Amino acid sequence: MRRLEWRLLIGVAVVGLACLAWLFIAALMLWAVLPEQNWSALTEALGNRAGLLIMLWAFSLLPISAALRYLIDLYVRAPARLAEDIRLRTDGEVSQPLNIQGSREMEQLAEPINELLKRHEQLRSEMDERIRQASRQTELEKNRLAALMSELDRSVVVCNLDGRILLYNQRARLQFKRLSQAAQVTGGSELIGLGRSIYTVLDRQLVAHAVENVQRRLARGAASPSAQFVTATASGKLLRIQMSPVRSVDPESGSSTTNLNGFVLLIENITHEMQADAEKDRLLKDLTEGSRSALANTRAAVEILEDPDINEAMRERLLGVIREEIQGLSQRLDELRQSSSDAWRSRWPLEDMLGSDLIEAAVGRIEAESGIEVAREGDDEPIWLRLESYSLLQALTHLAGKLDPVCGIRNLTLRLSTHEGRARLDLVWPISEESGEKPDLSWENEPIISGGEAMAMSLRDVLDRHSGECWIEEECQGEKTRRCFRLLLPLATPQEEQPASTFQHHEDRPEFYDFDLFRPTERTRAQEDSRLRDLGFTVFDTETTGLNPAGGDQIIQIGAVRIVNGKILKRESFDQLVNPQRKIPEAGIPIHGITDEMVRGQPAIEEVLPAFHAFCTDSVLVAHNAAFDMRCLELKQDACGVVFDHPVLDTLLLSAVVHENQNTHNLDDIAERFGLTIIGRHTAIGDALVTAEIFQKLIPLLEDRGIHTLGEALKASRKTWYARVKY
Amino acid sequence: MKKILIADDEPNIVISLEYLMQREGHEVLVARDGEEALEMISEHELDLVLLDAMMPKKSGFEVLQAVRAEHPDLKIIMLTAKGRDTDIAKGQALGADAYVVKPFSTRKLAEQVRQMLD
Repeated sequence: MRRLEWRLLIGVAVVGLACLAWLFIAALMLWAVLPEQNWSALTEALGNRAGLLIMLWAFSLLPISAALRYLIDLYVRAPARLAEDIRLRTDGEVSQPLNIQGSREMEQLAEPINELLKRHEQLRSEMDERIRQASRQTELEKNRLAALMSELDRSVVVCNLDGRILLYNQRARLQFKRLSQAAQVTGGSELIGLGRSIYTVLDRQLVAHAVENVQRRLARGAASPSAQFVTATASGKLLRIQMSPVRSVDPESGSSTTNLNGFVLLIENITHEMQADAEKDRLLKDLTEGSRSALANTRAAVEILEDPDINEAMRERLLGVIREEIQGLSQRLDELRQSSSDAWRSRWPLEDMLGSDLIEAAVGRIEAESGIEVAREGDDEPIWLRLESYSLLQALTHLAGKLDPVCGIRNLTLRLSTHEGRARLDLVWPISEESGEKPDLSWENEPIISGGEAMAMSLRDVLDRHSGECWIEEECQGEKTRRCFRLLLPLATPQEEQPASTFQHHEDRPEFYDFDLFRPTERTRAQEDSRLRDLGFTVFDTETTGLNPAGGDQIIQIGAVRIVNGKILKRESFDQLVNPQRKIPEAGIPIHGITDEMVRGQPAIEEVLPAFHAFCTDSVLVAHNAAFDMRCLELKQDACGVVFDHPVLDTLLLSAVVHENQNTHNLDDIAERFGLTIIGRHTAIGDALVTAEIFQKLIPLLEDRGIHTLGEALKASRKTWYARVKY
Repeated sequence: MKKILIADDEPNIVISLEYLMQREGHEVLVARDGEEALEMISEHELDLVLLDAMMPKKSGFEVLQAVRAEHPDLKIIMLTAKGRDTDIAKGQALGADAYVVKPFSTRKLAEQVRQMLD
């Protein structure tokens, strides 16, 4: 029972006892002053009605308790609520004016309090502005660095001495995505993320050894020491890593010291390179050892053939041996030539490019150079090509340029599609009566003309460089016939397409770095004793088919964001639909908006939960009404082979801790109390985000109440009334 | 007449070696893999083995290691396409009497066999 209801009971009891005491004293006085016969008459009259008196007394308590409840609400709870509302505003969590409900006197307080709050707010914004100005310069420099990093074409990861990642670039993100064993679900964000440990990917001992090496050389006075090593990841990829030190800065002189406070890793995936080398070794070995055997067999056969006494049958057998061995040798040489030409091609700097980008560039260039009108067809699907775009664009422009004068073509369509593991890039034009002569395949050997000058390469060279081919094809579309130049080009493994904003807007970039992580942490400290501000959190929410997980309701969506160093990392989020392998009840669809159609083809919980578990590594879980979400996870963990034994905080309980006098603690009401706007309510990621923002606001309020560590927060949560709800 | 075992999985060399040894007047047995070679060595009273280093089931080196202790007097010539110094050293360490790298001269091989059997 809540504290105020106890107070009400005590109040009613006190008033009841006071009434009884008054009755007793009144009776005592009557007995003292009344003559004896009157007293006897009175007791006689009342004697049989004692029960009635007690009932009267008891009934009189009811209006008293109602009045007391009203008074407590008006004069006790309302001021307490007011105190909480004022604290919210003085802490800077909320800025809208107070709306006081309570007694008239309290309502009169609203105006002066709001005035005071307004002045407080003004003062604070002035202070904030001064701080902002002071930090703007630093922020600018940080952004410049981050911008530089994000444009680098090598993977860069900067870590503090604990191995926690405090900066990484776009290339590193893509590379780690490829290393991820659940890349489809997590996008690699379980491996790379601010505050995550680099040791999830790299061997701790190896890194420690490299750090020691660098440290030793720094101490000896080396100007720019670095260490190189090669390591294999859990997913079997080979990485070549170059480590350079981040030196600490002497606060007084501002110069670098020989002490390390972090390191920069340049990471290169050399799996393919090593595979290619291994393949070359194998071929070389085959060639030398295989040729030795073949030569031995041939030589022995020839030497025996020289014997004049040899019979005809033996001679035939030996000649057969010679023929077979020579054929084997030729085959081996062909293989070697083929593989070395593959290796030659792989040395060309081919890059991954989105097909639509290539088409766009080609359209622009052809229209500008030859004046032909170019349309696009079928490049809506993201098709990734592996190519050297410069020479290919020149070849395409050259082809289009030849089509106009030779075949009289003024309209062209560029079409991109995929077929049997290759990309087809077609230059299509309609055949009409005015069409001139047919294009000729011998064009492919002519030098490419660019800007009126012949280049040293032909279309054939460009195609060879891409292991590609080209031919001319005719296609019928109803009554119309079209002709096309078809170019076959290699496809690249699909990449995560980055929104352009990642590179253009500064406000999007800061999530790739957090220099505050350079501060040393006490790793040995038990998590329960860690300050809430120092911990990493995964704030999550699940959407389910219904509200009874034990009764068979299933998870259909998991959304999560991480909080590191007090910042919500919106870019490192987890947002995944789950196929519940059962029908989603109609009743829930208006709430979560997830239909059977949407979850069709999505991974099952057995695939999603391990990926989510990896995403939660090294963090404290946070959810609103966590008991429900945790129950959903726990019911599935055995089947998925993971255990969610992370510490768990519940924003519902924490809100009840800091605002014990508020009537409700549901997500919408808390959000409104904190002045937060909810986007995407009732989607897992939307709810996870608003829960994270609420949690962020709760931390300073908890600290005001002396709750600083995880252990203290857990203890306080357990004490609240709401903590008893079970699922 | 001496009894010689040719242990090699490549029929194209076996043809020549068999002819060569028979011309020298020896009785020739042929094994196609390491295990067969081991069996024949234990079953027959052999004078010399021409042992290929790379064979299926058991390599020539494994065969050499297995038989050397029991047949200290058996002459064994290793034939191999592996010409690395380390391989030659390994063959000698395991107790091969000679190590012949392919391609070899049949005349010289016949001469070497003759010397060993005398």
